[in-house]
Amino acid sequence: MQREQTPLQRIVADFAESRLALAGLALFTLILLAALFAPLISPQNPYDLAQLDVLDSRLPPGSRSGDGLTFWLGSDDQGRDILSGIFYGLRISLWVGVASTFCAMIIGLAMGLCAAYFGGRTDGVIMRLVDIQLSFPAILIALILLALLGQGIGKTIFALITVQWAYYARSARSTALVERRKEYIEAAMCLALPPARIVFRHLLPNCLPPLLVIATVQVAAAVALEATLSYLGIGVPITEPSLGLLIKNGFDYMLSGKYWISFFPGIALVLTIVSINLVADQLRDVLNPRLQK
Amino acid sequence: MPVFIIRRLLQSVLVLFFMSLVVFVGVYAIGNPVDILINPQADQADIARAIAALGLDKPLAQQYLIFLKQALAGDLGKSFAYDIPAIQLILERMPATLELALLATGMAVLLGIPLGLWAGLAPDSWPGKLIMAGSILGFSLPTFWVGLMLIMVFAVELGWLPSNGRGPSTELLGVAVSFLSWEGIRHLVLPAVNLALFKLSLIIRLTRAGTREALLQDYVKFARAKGLSNARVVGVHVLKNIMIPIVTVIGLEFGSVIAFAIVTESIFAWPGMGKLIIDSIKVLDRPVIVAYLLVIVSLFILINLAVDIVYSLLDPRVRISEAKG
Amino acid sequence: MSAPTLRVENLRTYFFTRQGVVKAVEDASFSVAPGKILGLVGESGSGKSMTGYSIMGLVDPPGRVVAGRILLRGQDLRSLAPDDMRRVRGKRIAMIFQDPMMTLNPVLRVDTQMVEAIQAHADVSRAAALERSRDALARVGIPSPAARLSAYPHQFSGGMRQRVAIAIALLNQPELIIADEPTTALDVTIQGQILFEMQKLARESGTALLWITHDLSVIAGLADEICVMYAGRIVEHGSVDEVLDAPLHPYTHGLIDSVPSRGRRGEPLRQIPGMTPSLLDLAPGCAFRERCTRADGACAQDPALSAPAAGRQVRCFHPLTQSAIA
Repeated sequence: MQREQTPLQRIVADFAESRLALAGLALFTLILLAALFAPLISPQNPYDLAQLDVLDSRLPPGSRSGDGLTFWLGSDDQGRDILSGIFYGLRISLWVGVASTFCAMIIGLAMGLCAAYFGGRTDGVIMRLVDIQLSFPAILIALILLALLGQGIGKTIFALITVQWAYYARSARSTALVERRKEYIEAAMCLALPPARIVFRHLLPNCLPPLLVIATVQVAAAVALEATLSYLGIGVPITEPSLGLLIKNGFDYMLSGKYWISFFPGIALVLTIVSINLVADQLRDVLNPRLQK
Repeated sequence: MPVFIIRRLLQSVLVLFFMSLVVFVGVYAIGNPVDILINPQADQADIARAIAALGLDKPLAQQYLIFLKQALAGDLGKSFAYDIPAIQLILERMPATLELALLATGMAVLLGIPLGLWAGLAPDSWPGKLIMAGSILGFSLPTFWVGLMLIMVFAVELGWLPSNGRGPSTELLGVAVSFLSWEGIRHLVLPAVNLALFKLSLIIRLTRAGTREALLQDYVKFARAKGLSNARVVGVHVLKNIMIPIVTVIGLEFGSVIAFAIVTESIFAWPGMGKLIIDSIKVLDRPVIVAYLLVIVSLFILINLAVDIVYSLLDPRVRISEAKG
Repeated sequence: MSAPTLRVENLRTYFFTRQGVVKAVEDASFSVAPGKILGLVGESGSGKSMTGYSIMGLVDPPGRVVAGRILLRGQDLRSLAPDDMRRVRGKRIAMIFQDPMMTLNPVLRVDTQMVEAIQAHADVSRAAALERSRDALARVGIPSPAARLSAYPHQFSGGMRQRVAIAIALLNQPELIIADEPTTALDVTIQGQILFEMQKLARESGTALLWITHDLSVIAGLADEICVMYAGRIVEHGSVDEVLDAPLHPYTHGLIDSVPSRGRRGEPLRQIPGMTPSLLDLAPGCAFRERCTRADGACAQDPALSAPAAGRQVRCFHPLTQSAIA
């Protein structure tokens, strides 16, 4: 292996070693683009009631609507184009997943660093919270929170943050503790460098790689959890349907053989989750110092 | 041994106490208890009477004591929707959930350990790779989506199995169960498979990783140097070692199986406590929500306690150090 | 001399890794007579443990014995079917490993681990097997053996655990015992006791002993003959006294020199410069030439094993002579 590589180049090269991971990355990029440019590429604006016609409802894939539009993936019970619904639904699913993961990471990182830096009672309280949190399944906690708070995108994001932060806190704390015991940190403390400098310049950079791996896995988990909650009817509201809610809307028709209303949003959801997981798996191998030769 | 069990019991009581405080704060301090605990359809006089009965006019600390006292007496309020005590409603639904969860866990264990062993012993063979690929898929696919696909294929397209409800149940020791009648079993299959899939993937992964790790250990090499058959080396030396983490995880995950039953029960209209809690959330039947919460927390604490005890029985090293400590 | 218990001829064990072929054992030949102890000496990675595993038929993939003959009382073990080889392991050849903390299964009781070793080779009742196990424990000096049988490995000290492992090796009265550094992880006093007992055992029962170690001082007091391994090859072979007093191979000389001894107190310790070469795609020629003061152009060729004196062999173009030893 060449010595001249920068760490980033090495990570990119190692990552590219797995064709499956590259395929996952390509697929995820496509999905992300579809979500970002949904208004431009959607045949129809699914929220614009003026564009919907009840006469077009529940048409199978490939049918044409009254005003000449082709429903490539069929239409739902309100005459909405499923494909457009999926593009718009992806926006909401990904937004909830990414936003909640990002916030949870920041909060968890802060808590984990505090626990490691201050130690003692602060550490005890934070880690106790983490332990209790992690001894209950995420879905249960999210469900209870939403039961108490009610539906809504913001509330769903809040619930997802609550169930995720503990993973980051635990990981950040353990990495920071290892780093903290090293002599250069002690030296920095003896020099009475400001705590903020020690935390941000020394502890923080070391905590990031494992957190990034967790975060990639967690984006997929958050998207799946949001879809599950919305499917159960306690996640996002009907006015802003995510993929999970689209699937729920079609469930009753599935039993009568009109599979497409649920099936295609389901495929979109699964492709999203699998593509993120493929990337995450390879990222974990690449960033794991124990596996490096 | 008894000392260690007593210590674990005390810890469990503490956690339960803590959780009751969290539930109390969630219901009484964050939300408006009048909204949460009193039927919205009640008239003004009823509300006033209920406020007095629940002691909502008293200071918060005192309210908590009342809440605790009533909870300890098993009184968590009446369901608005069913007009029977919430706790009774939940206990009625519990057997259906437990039956489903136990069956799913059993399926995951009985399939997962052999498959995981296979994949661990022959990681580069094509069955080994296939098993791993399957378990990765089982890990990343959302449970509810898999449930929908099961319904679409086996209930709608093929028409082999029912997708809805529990079917006729049979009495066993005073508890209604499904697995004793053919029709009941047919109703059980799809939900149980759906619920088992995630745990199956988990157990395959754990067993595979444990097997590969154990095979590298000197004690396996020593066992082979003794001239033991492969069956004995794998079946006794490897399996007994990897069973410790696997049993621990199976036990700890049983709670999450019950939690995930919420999803499976909703999809397959399985009349357990998971479906009950979703229905209750939709109609804002809050006493049931609170009761469910406390029941599930107690269940989790019980499971953790049982796992600790079983773990100490399985691993001689823990047993000794606990006895000393 | 009686017919050897074990005779290894031109053994080659290679590992076929993704990076290339690792020749862990290259053309090794030696033999051990009944009641004799052969010391196999080398640094870690020299192929000495892999030689032991090759004899046992316990080389894990991607490794494999690719050539040579392993003759146990004249019978080639390599030609045996897997199940017949299993019957040889533990019955006719026993092996003891380096780390007593790791060789006994932590979750099985000692009696289970002993009884299964007996029952794998003979149709014996559990009661009879237990009795034999107890006797074996008593023989290796474990106090109150009957009570200790039902204990778990972690309830023994390291030295006691190694005695249990030795007792297991002795259970079926093997013809050959392969001991892979069994005393390295132990305290010096316990090491001495175990060495003494193993030596006595070999002499009394006529068991042949292949003792693998990196520690020359252990070999000096224990073995009859010695093979020195370097980078997968046997570079020198002879009786212990001759080899240690007058080594022929520069590597053996370096090894002996780097052992601290009382006779040379105050003198700086000498060491062999450089490091053991990687066995991955090792270039032809003498593997030691990069570290050898006597190397020249000839050493780029593979040296053959030569016999400069009776009972002595060396693989070197420029072996040391008696006068060269300071």
